[in-house]
Parts: sequence; C-alpha cells; structure tokens
Amino acid sequence: MEGIKKQALETGRNRLLVAGMVITIAFAGIAGRLTDLAVISGGFEKRIGKVASAEISASGRADIVDRNGVLLATSLPTVSLHADPTLVIDAEEVARKVAHVLPNARTKILMRKLSSNGRFVWLARNLTPKQHHRINSLGLPGISFQSGERRVYPHGPLVSHVLGLTDVDGNGVAGLENSFDGDLRASDRPLRTSIDVRVQSILRDELIASMNEYKAIGAAGLVMDVNNGEILAMVSLPDYDPNKPSRMSFDAVFNRAAKGVYEMGSTFKLFTAAMALDSGVVDIGGGYDASKPIRISRFAISDYHAKNRWLSVPEIILHSSNIGAAKMALDVGGKTQKDYLQRFGLLHPAALEIPEVGSPLLPDAWRLISTMTISYGHGISVSPVQLASGVSALVNGGLYHPPTLLGRLNPQAAGHRGRPAHRVISKETSNQLRGLMRLVVRHGTGRRANVRGYVVGGKTGTAEKSSKHGYSTSAKLSSFVGAFPMNAPQYVVFAVLDEPIGNKNTFNYATGGWVVAPAVGRIIERMAPMVGIPPQLGQEMTTPKISTLDTLAKNKNSAVTRGTSGKRRKVFNQPEQGHAKVAEKPKWADIIARAVAVHLHHQTESEASLVLRARAVLGRAVLARKQHRKLLSTAVSLVE
Amino acid sequence: MSAWARTDTSLVGRWWWNVDRWMLAALVCLSVIGTILTLAGSPPVAARLKLDIFHFAGRQILFIALAMIVMIFVSFLSVRGVRRLAAVMTFGALILMVATLIVGTETKGATRWLYLWGFSIQPSEFIKPGFAVMAAWFFSVRCLDDHFPGYTLAGILYVFVAGLLLLQPDVGMTFVVSAIWGVQFFIAGLPLIFVVVIIFLIVGGSFGAYITFSHVQVRVDRFLDPEVGVGYQVSRSLEAFRNGGWAGRGPGEGRVKEVLPDAHTDFIFAVAGEEFGLIVCLIILALFVFVILRGISRVMRDEDLFALLAVAGLLVQFALQALINTASTVNLMPPKGMTLPFISYGGSSTLALGFGLGMVLALTRIRAHPEEER
Repeated sequence: MEGIKKQALETGRNRLLVAGMVITIAFAGIAGRLTDLAVISGGFEKRIGKVASAEISASGRADIVDRNGVLLATSLPTVSLHADPTLVIDAEEVARKVAHVLPNARTKILMRKLSSNGRFVWLARNLTPKQHHRINSLGLPGISFQSGERRVYPHGPLVSHVLGLTDVDGNGVAGLENSFDGDLRASDRPLRTSIDVRVQSILRDELIASMNEYKAIGAAGLVMDVNNGEILAMVSLPDYDPNKPSRMSFDAVFNRAAKGVYEMGSTFKLFTAAMALDSGVVDIGGGYDASKPIRISRFAISDYHAKNRWLSVPEIILHSSNIGAAKMALDVGGKTQKDYLQRFGLLHPAALEIPEVGSPLLPDAWRLISTMTISYGHGISVSPVQLASGVSALVNGGLYHPPTLLGRLNPQAAGHRGRPAHRVISKETSNQLRGLMRLVVRHGTGRRANVRGYVVGGKTGTAEKSSKHGYSTSAKLSSFVGAFPMNAPQYVVFAVLDEPIGNKNTFNYATGGWVVAPAVGRIIERMAPMVGIPPQLGQEMTTPKISTLDTLAKNKNSAVTRGTSGKRRKVFNQPEQGHAKVAEKPKWADIIARAVAVHLHHQTESEASLVLRARAVLGRAVLARKQHRKLLSTAVSLVE
Repeated sequence: MSAWARTDTSLVGRWWWNVDRWMLAALVCLSVIGTILTLAGSPPVAARLKLDIFHFAGRQILFIALAMIVMIFVSFLSVRGVRRLAAVMTFGALILMVATLIVGTETKGATRWLYLWGFSIQPSEFIKPGFAVMAAWFFSVRCLDDHFPGYTLAGILYVFVAGLLLLQPDVGMTFVVSAIWGVQFFIAGLPLIFVVVIIFLIVGGSFGAYITFSHVQVRVDRFLDPEVGVGYQVSRSLEAFRNGGWAGRGPGEGRVKEVLPDAHTDFIFAVAGEEFGLIVCLIILALFVFVILRGISRVMRDEDLFALLAVAGLLVQFALQALINTASTVNLMPPKGMTLPFISYGGSSTLALGFGLGMVLALTRIRAHPEEER
C-alpha cells in the first residue's frame, strides 16, 4: 500500500512538473508575442501613425476660380462610411443608429445593405465632420470610414454649365472639369477662368426671372468681352447643382448656350447688313423695295412688321425686314455670304474649352433660297456662343476673337494665343453696325433694352421653331443681342428664351423685343457698374439717318409721314441729351413728338393702340387744364 | 506579518502560518490590478449601453470583494471540507446547468445564463472548480485502490459536464474542462500510450467542433484566412498594444475601450496594454505564472495524491483561462469567450475563481497530520 502510494506520488509529481513547465512556456510565449507587438514594432502590420499628417488632408484636385480669384470649385477631404456585413453583429441596431445620425439615410435601406452577403457595402458618402465623429463614437463593429475627397461647388448651380462636374471617383465628366481633367489633377495651382461670378449671377438671375415670367421651357445667355472674346458669364437654364449630381435631369445637363444650336432669326440681319456694307454692294444711305413679299418657288418671304414700302438700310434693321435682308443678301451673293459667315465663326463649332460645343447646322446645298433665308437667320442653326462671338466682331472694330472661358493671361489658354484675332470687316463697317444697333434700341424693336446712362445697342430676334410639320407659329425662340457702350463697345450681352409665352404685360407678344430685350437692359444696368462702367447721362453717339429725303420721296403713300415729315426729322435729329430730358421733364411738345415717333417706328398694333390712347389722354388734358398735371404723368407713363 | 504569534493555536492563527501567504498576496495584487483595469475599461462600454458609467466598475469591485471573502473562507477548509464543498458545488452546478438549458436565456447564440432572484448567473463557471476537485478525488482513490472504479466515475462525470457544456454550446469551457480532466488523468499515471491517444482525441475533437458548430467554424476560418485578416475586435486589440508601447498612453488615454464591445471582459488585456503598456502586461502575466508555480511547488511537497491532483486541476483551469484570454487578444489563437481571472468583469466568473483559488489555498496549506485530515 505504502509502495503504491509512493509510486503514484512520484509519477504525479514528475508529471505535474511537466504540466507546470508547459504552462510556463505558454506564458513565456505570450509575453514574447506581447513584447514583439508593443515594442519591437512587430506583428504583421505597420505601426499606425498617431498624428494625422497634413499631407493627407491636402486635396489632390486643383481649384477653379473666376477672373477675380473667387472660388468656383474646390476639393475637400471627406470620409465615407462603409461596412463589412459579415462583421456586423446586429444589423438592425447598426442601421438604426447610423440612420439616426444621417438625416438622409433610411433605416430600411441600410438594413438591407447590412444584411447582404458581400464583404463591402457603401453606407454613406461624404460625411460631415460632425457625422463622422458621431458615427465613430457609436463604436459599432463592422463599419469603417474611408478617407476621400469631394468636389465642392460653393456657388451651387450658378456656374454649373461652365464648370461641369466630377463623378464620385473624382473624374471630370463635363465642362471645364472634363476638358482640364489632367491639368487639374496634375497641378495644385487653381485654374483661372474668364467668368466673373458677379456678372454670372446677374445674368442667371434675370434669365430665371424672364423664364418664369414668360413660362419659357429654357433660356440661355452670355456676356462676352468684345475686345478679347473672354466670356464673363454663360448661363443655360434649366441648370443643375453639381454638388447633387443624382438630382440632375437630362434637360438640365444640356448646355443651351454652347451645345444647343438654334435658328436665331433676325439677329442674323446684323451679319447680312455687315457683309453688304463691307463688300460695298450697298451703302448706309441705300435701300431696298420691301413693298411686297418675295415669292420664290414655293416659298414666300414677307415681313413681320410689314411696311410695304421702300426701306433704307437702317430701316431694314430697325423694322427687321425680312424682304430687305433677303434682297441685301442676294446682292451680296451666296458665295460671299458663306465666306463672311465663315469669318464670323458661324460655320464651324465654337472653339470653346468645354466638351459641350454644338456644331452648326448648315444647309446641304447653298441655294438661292438658302442665301435668302440665312440672311434673316433661318435655314442655319448656330449656338449662342457663336452668335455672341460674331456680334462681338461686328462691334469691336471688326476683329474676330475666338470665344474663351479662360482668362487671356491664363497660360492654359495658350491654345488661343496661337489663333489670334483676325479681321472680318473693316473698321468703318463696324462703326456703321454700331450705329444700326444703337438705332434699334433707340427707335426700333429693341427699345425695351434701353438703359438710361448707357448707350445700348442691339438687335432682336424671333425665330419660329421648326418642327416636323414645318415652322411653328406658336413655338418661338426669342432672343436679343445687345452691346454697350455703343460708342466704344466693351461687352456683348446675349439672351434667348426658348418658347416664351406672352402675357398681358406684353400684350401677348412673345417676340425678342418684348420678352428678352427688357432682361438684357436690366442685365446691362446691373452689370455695368460692376465691370467699371459708370452711367453717364446725356451720352449719345451719332447714328445713321434712318431715312433720307430721297427715300421719303419714294415713299409717298405714307399717310402719317405726310405733312409731319419736318417735325419728324426734327425729332430724329434731336441729340440724345434732349431725349433724356424728355424723360426727366416732360413737355407737351416733346410728349406729342415722342408719341408720333413711337407711332411711326413701332409698328405693332398694340403699340399703335397705346399711342392712340396716349393721344386721347393728351387731347382731354388740353381740354381740362385743371387736371393736366395728373393726366400728363399718366400719358407719360403710358407712352414711355 | 506578525499579527499572530507562532504559538497562537487559534483557527486564524494556525491558518495564517499554514496558508501560502505569497500566493495570497499575488492573488490580492491581481484583484487590485483587475479593479483598476475595470475602472479604466468599463465606463465607455457602460456609456454605450446607456448605463451609469461606473455600473460595471461598481459591480466588479463588489464581486472582487465577495470573491476575496469567499476565497479566504474556503481556504480555511480542511481537505475533507474542500471535497465536500466541491461535491455540493458540482451537484448544484449540474442541476443549474440542466435548468439553464430549459429556462435559460439565449444571448449571442448560446444559452449560458440563468436569472435567479434578479441576478444572472452562469452555472458553468461554478462547475469548473467543483469538477476539478471531484475528478481529482476519483483519480486519487483509484490510484490507491485498484477496485475503486475511479476512472469510470471520472469519465462519467467528464462526459456529463462536457455534454452539458456542448449543449449550451460553450466550446471554450468544454475545452478547459477537457484539459483539466486530461491533465489530471495524465498526472494520475495514465499510461503514455493513452496520452498519445488522448492528444489525438483532442485534435479530433477540435476538428469535430470546427465541423459541427458554425460559430466555431467562422472564428477559426477568420483566424486562418490571411485574406480576411483578423476580426474586428482582434485587430483593434492588436492596434491597442502597438499604441501602448512600453509604458502605455497613460490612464484614461486609451481608445480601444471606446470601440470594443467586450473591452471590460474578453479584451480587458488590450485596454491594459494600451493605457498602461507592456510593463504592466508583463507584470500581470508574471503574477499568473507566480501563482501557478507557487501552487505547484507547494503541492509537490505534499504527501497527498488527492491534493496534488486537485491543485493541478484547479491551477490548470486558472492557467488556461489566462492563457486563452491573453493569446486571443494578441492573436495567437482564434478569439474565445474566456475571462482573464480576477481581471475581467464578470460576477459568476470572479466568484467561481474565488472558490477555486480558495480551494488551492486550502489544499496547499501545510498540514501537520495530513493522514488525519483525510
């Protein structure tokens, strides 16, 4: 018994010693692993940094700024939230807590993602620092953050079509972001554009107001520096917020200012007049018979504001006579016309630095009828950028500058230095065009674009949109191209409304003169002081005479002009100072003179009725002198 | 150390001179460190669970105090007293484990908890010391008396306990119980050929667990697959040790406790590593090793085979818990739900350890007449 016990104890002790040693070795192993992990910087992962380095937060993609250095697009470091569903312990809890922090997240959607079989799901992109902190503090296993970069457009939709946007992975997919994708990635120097965000804002503001007022389906506008082709503002409506690409509609993405090409209508008559005057087939005192429509094969060209008489060149522009323009173009000839249009940059896509540039639509064969319709802007479709560039060349002394969205000083605009401005018309023709444009605003269809203190010139355009069933009379494209100050033009302002509908303020008219010209006037009024052009009351320029005695002689049928011609001439030859005074201190004679002038040169029926009403008021005022002051002001407001 | 004179023959006086005061001191040290670490690791967890931030810390201090009292009371017991206590504990724990399977609540895929009088207890924690002592008794009697069916009884007890644990399922604890039983069998003179067979069985059993239980499979797969890397808690834990370095980031400066759901229990060691550094971690490991080696060296001199086997079983349990927990946090093995003795938060676990180490202290007391006490 004692022997067995001794034996068993001996074995037990020896074996316990073995067990003790094994356990000690195991503990030593853990101590070794711990030391390795904590001090020898071992394990299999690199030691993580304790301090976030500034390098990480530096953004990779360069900023985009406007001409004054205002930030238009920048990159901010952000974090995105993702999860490994296999590590998530309680999907419902995680979804609920995360959804509580993120206002846009839906618990159900998060639940579905967290319960999926994959090993990686995005839960939310671009968290705010606060959201990042709060989700981090939830301490939920299985979810983690990924640092990234987010493109931010501080002005929202304001400059959307110029800048374009980047996709979630930071690739530029539209606008300048796309064209200069490589440069923006490579450099950290901001890309300086020609945009002036203040002017851009005015332009967009006024276009939105007009679009809403006239229930147009779209609008576009441009402000261009005529002396170098720099685009200060370019707006296409509807537009989109590049910060929220998921809410973009197809219509909003379409750039009507650069990509869209349209039959511009009467604004083209400026080009027709320019080529006719420049090539010398007619001079500013000449004219054409517009007494009856032109019939050619199955077409008939007639005038919207029909005068049915002989018209001088200024009158053709002033009254926007299709017949006159067509005859002028016939005199110029198809080949020369094409030549000029080529030089005005209207036959090739604008060389703009964004991918969204539309190619003009030209007639298949340049027939006689093409020459005639193109003279008044039908049968050819160009983009607003092309038109504004062409008009800039007409008014700036005759030099065509390719349009650009980058500042001229920008080294990245070097491509444009290689293509310097080229002369398209003579300086003298340019001067005459300035005069004609001024006339349109002073006395013609563009009267509503006039701004006190600024010598504004321009041309209206109202094109009937073509559809499957030929030209539509109801769907219009109404535009106005303006420039100022006309004695030494600096800026061209172009605006177009797509399918505007007239309202009672415009007597149901939806023409360029009624619905777009006022907007351009307001744009000029607001932007001019910002770009350093103070208003100068009383400033005027010399404009071509509208009618010569010669033309009047040929125009014996005009009942209105007969007997009042002397007076009328007096009105027209009156310098603008006098005109300005009229507005400030109305005098009987001036009011009547102005009423007559309106009656003579603004031919729409409603305008005529307006004048008649004004006259009636004036007549009564003469009878009842007591009330004349009040009536006078009523009359003035009606006429004005 | 002279609270009681050598000549004092009172109960307390004899106890003081008989008991292993060094081991007692080491265990008290561990408890103090555990209390401090619970204060460090548990408030963020409590805050996340919308509890009072010192909810866990307060309770753990209470548990530790109770465990110390239990430990000292148990250490007063005679060898026979220890055996009787173990029998009662084993019997009671077995009944409660059966009850757990029937009325217990399921959390995270396992039914381990029983709610009694407002307390949640984990009966399987209490089976471990009881089982170790009971098995030691069966083995030791068999060694001295061939007619006693010691192996059979020990085997039946083991199968019963392991079976109940696997039904919960609690593979980690089954492993600990198996290891206790295996080591005791080994020390009790298991022929070496069987040792080899049992090693094979362990390997086979582990493989069986891998195939049978999906959660074990997931954990092992994740551990072995380099593509997947380590699990979330373990990778955070490794990060914590790296951040800690030699001296740690300082008390309260740790971050791992803010993200780990088990920062106060299974991953308390990582909190220690991050806030107090490698040195404190090594001190903790050293205290464990000290307690174990101290116990082994004391029991070596004992003439009682039962005491030898029982202490071996209890210390193996103590050692394995510490090893599995620390090895998991440093990614030397797949994570197992195992508490770090006297350091991790947990009422049942801490109290059961109080009983277990109390028994070790009782069995390693110097006995003048060991035979009489049998």
